[in-house]
Amino acid sequence: MLSIVDIDRGTPAVKSDTVVTLEIDGRSIQVPEGTSVMRAAAQAGINIPKLCATDMLEAFGSCRLCLVEIDGRKGYPASCTTPVAAGMKVSTQTQKLAEIRRGVMELYISDHPLDCLTCPANGHCELQDMAGVVGLREVRYGYEGANHVFAKDKQGEANPHFVAKDESNPYFTFDPSKCIVCSRCVRACDEVQGTFALTIQGRGFESKVSASQDNRFLDSECVSCGACVQACPTATLSEKSLIDRGQAEHSVVTTCAYCGVGCSFRAEMKGEEIVRMVPNKDGHANHGHSCVKGRFAIGYATHPDRINVPMIRQKISDPWRIVSWEEAIAHVASEFKRLQAAYGKFSIGGITSSRCTNEETYLVQKLVRAGFGNNNVDTCARVCHSPTGYGLKSTLGESAGTQDFDSIEHADVVLVIGANPTDAHPVFGSQMKQRLRAGAKLIVIDPRRIDLVRTPHIKADYHLKLRPGTNVAVLDTLAHVIVAEGLVDEAFVAARCEPAAFEKWRALVAQEKYSPEAMEAETGVPAELVRGAARLYATGGNAAIYYGLGVTEHSQGSTAVMAIANLAMATGNIGREGVGVNPLRGQNNVQGSCDMGSFPHEFTGYRHVGDASVRGSFEDAWGVRLHDEPGLRIPNMFEAALDGSFKGLYIEGEDIAQSDPNTQHVTAALQALECVVVQDLFLNETAKFAHVFLPGSSFLEKDGTFVNAERRVSRVRKVMEPKGRYADWEVTQLLANAMGYPMNYTHPSQIMDEIARLTPTFHGISFDKIDQLGSVQWPCNEQHPEGTPVMHVGEFVRGKGRFMLTEYVPTSEKVNAEHPLILTTGRILSQYNVGAQTRRTANVMWHDEDRLEIHPHDAEERGIKEDDWVGIESRAGQTVLRARVSERMQPGVVYTTFHFPGSGANVITTENSDWATNCPEYKVTAVQVTRVSQPSEWQKRYQAFSNEQQALLDAAETP
Amino acid sequence: MNIERLIAMANDISHYFAAEPDKAAGAASVADHLKRFWEPGMRRQIVAHLHAGGEGLEPLTKVAIERLAQIDPKAMS
Repeated sequence: MLSIVDIDRGTPAVKSDTVVTLEIDGRSIQVPEGTSVMRAAAQAGINIPKLCATDMLEAFGSCRLCLVEIDGRKGYPASCTTPVAAGMKVSTQTQKLAEIRRGVMELYISDHPLDCLTCPANGHCELQDMAGVVGLREVRYGYEGANHVFAKDKQGEANPHFVAKDESNPYFTFDPSKCIVCSRCVRACDEVQGTFALTIQGRGFESKVSASQDNRFLDSECVSCGACVQACPTATLSEKSLIDRGQAEHSVVTTCAYCGVGCSFRAEMKGEEIVRMVPNKDGHANHGHSCVKGRFAIGYATHPDRINVPMIRQKISDPWRIVSWEEAIAHVASEFKRLQAAYGKFSIGGITSSRCTNEETYLVQKLVRAGFGNNNVDTCARVCHSPTGYGLKSTLGESAGTQDFDSIEHADVVLVIGANPTDAHPVFGSQMKQRLRAGAKLIVIDPRRIDLVRTPHIKADYHLKLRPGTNVAVLDTLAHVIVAEGLVDEAFVAARCEPAAFEKWRALVAQEKYSPEAMEAETGVPAELVRGAARLYATGGNAAIYYGLGVTEHSQGSTAVMAIANLAMATGNIGREGVGVNPLRGQNNVQGSCDMGSFPHEFTGYRHVGDASVRGSFEDAWGVRLHDEPGLRIPNMFEAALDGSFKGLYIEGEDIAQSDPNTQHVTAALQALECVVVQDLFLNETAKFAHVFLPGSSFLEKDGTFVNAERRVSRVRKVMEPKGRYADWEVTQLLANAMGYPMNYTHPSQIMDEIARLTPTFHGISFDKIDQLGSVQWPCNEQHPEGTPVMHVGEFVRGKGRFMLTEYVPTSEKVNAEHPLILTTGRILSQYNVGAQTRRTANVMWHDEDRLEIHPHDAEERGIKEDDWVGIESRAGQTVLRARVSERMQPGVVYTTFHFPGSGANVITTENSDWATNCPEYKVTAVQVTRVSQPSEWQKRYQAFSNEQQALLDAAETP
Repeated sequence: MNIERLIAMANDISHYFAAEPDKAAGAASVADHLKRFWEPGMRRQIVAHLHAGGEGLEPLTKVAIERLAQIDPKAMS
């Protein structure tokens, strides 16, 4: 069922500079060339009956309901498949058309249940609407003949055409008895999602929709994106939540709180209850598509595990005590003041959340800088995309991606390195797949055979299956080929880049040691593949690079980001549509939390705290003197905690005890702190070490903005009251006031107004502006009043582009006899980050434990079979997971996800980090893997500690 | 803070800037990086470690930290 408020114009909008004028029902109408007659009519408010047509899909022409008459043409062409022509005269309502349409509907209804009143689609069913529109009054054929409706015939014999309802998917049902075989679901799976899980099986009256090889939905290739459910014109595919609750009465546009794609959704509501989430067709990032997380996995927001009352305790071995907000806030302020009095101003700090809004993130860093009087503030981008900030700022001049997502429509070559968009950024992954199917070439640089390498109708032209840790080496070999074979865009470089820096870079990568042949032994990538990929990237037309954490989370993460920017500059692939450098951000608001001044060394808009004029502007606005030196980064905070100089930490919506590397080191640091304050939805792993718990609010409970991977600022809109009474920004404000630093905002829009005043790239942004435009990409200011889809056009933000040197420095994390395998980590589609949200939804049906993926050769050598328990040991720690033997891996490399805390993926990862930003080297850990029969010592301790903490929570006392 | 960690981090930074053909410029970049991104207490600690013999610091790192000591009064206090 489509959204309750969307208007469906039948076929997709067409872009064309040529305008065609035609006449429909006597009215003159102008539309772009290539538009269908159906859409042209709809634009003029003339609704032609339709069933198989919807504007989320290409025209199909199967239902024969949208027939029209056109002067001078024979017969009754389908208006959905007939493009407009100049001077065309169309009639949509004639006696003959009415007879045909009624006849068509009569046939449909003769094989459809007549349970409209108790049907979940009642009132929004397109079949029901069309029966009304065509004036169907009788079905002469009766209902007794061959049909798909009844399980048994009148004699009690089983009906061979009947197929029972499939309720296997946790989020939607498939009721074939209501199916009209319009193929909208099949086409949605093909055109929108690109998975091809659905098909029409059989011919004629035998035709039916089937998932994979007639599997149940849950057992099929279906990725549960829900595009088919949205496309279905009847109740054949229906959300279970819609069946349970009935239809919504209002809808609110908001932004998804999962990955960095930042999809726009309509939250369809009944009062304060969500009926369903429907992706917004007008959403600029997603154009009406979604994934299983954003559309369906929202049950966490109302999960019974949520803690909606503040709690405090003296020691982490004490039971929690439920207290009033007033007492909790007074307690935190008094503890933080005590710590600063005893250990100095710099002994406390805060961590902002990439899951919270910009306004909330901004307030936390303001509290730290202005209220605490130091710069000890950091954010989880430290452990994911901090190298992007450093690397892109150094080369291009701005710490952000250069394009919008739609830019890929103009790309001829797509280079994906260290990213797995079909799992981690699924909606953009689908857009990428569409472009690849339309002919763009694909280069994948990844140690694993990710889905994109070979997926229906897509095959990578090059897959450089490198050894983990050799990104910079591979990028340098690509650069070597471009330089050595004369593929540099000399005119672009001469006009746009610093010449001296370019020459230094050219000399570096031209060295023989960076030839693909010389590096082959190090990277494991055959030289001819590198040469082919380099030539394709440099000469294949518009070439765009997309990268993720497989680039940043390395000891040379920042170097790799700069190497990517160098490649784009050297080949002139920057500063227009279809090209560019595109970091795919992990969490919903990673870009925003970085923009908001969450890093200890910079204010909003990436301006250093040492810059006196910038600092002065904040001092004037905030009314206090501000510290002019960088504060502690998250890993520095841990070190400082262990040496006794750092004592108190305010953590908003981040779970460092699960997400950060070397878990045992992190938990030791947390235990060394005297006051840990966690503000979150759940008692997460970090909260088990906390002294104060403050209830957080979900994205459904507050107003604000998120910034996605394209720098797009979108509104988050409140659809229900905060379950713990306050939105997160209000909690930070209470804390600031209690600490003696006054904050008096009455609405998040005022916080954005302050951000806009103080941040040049945000000058033009306000809630009003976003409401007006739908969303806006920063920089948005006097020069770019409607935002900036593509950056660095004509000139780089820093003026001339700067080539940075990218010497390959192998990581110190090396395999040896003791630890002969390399472990690398990543994500899967159904789960999100530490899993705190998705583990509390039915998404666990797809992934209920983290597994160790291992190549059959490595498995056989160790006597490991599928499902065996295996111990994984690094120099940092040991954990135990079940094995999944998989040829997606290369020999010598093992892989796991980190969605479940008990898996202990980060017990194994080490303290190694990116040289420039201390982003952890999650992607390379030397390990040994052996068959074992019981959990690791750490896991036993973890389980005991977790049980104890759960008991302390269950024993929480109310005063 | 754990000085071993600081030594490793400082050496990591100089490994990057070692590619700079002009060694003095490379050392200056390392020093500048430390000044821009390291909290002053960490800078003081690494300078003090250098002045106590600098065990574990690689040659370029040593030159850079000496330079940091000259340009950064906060690393000396």
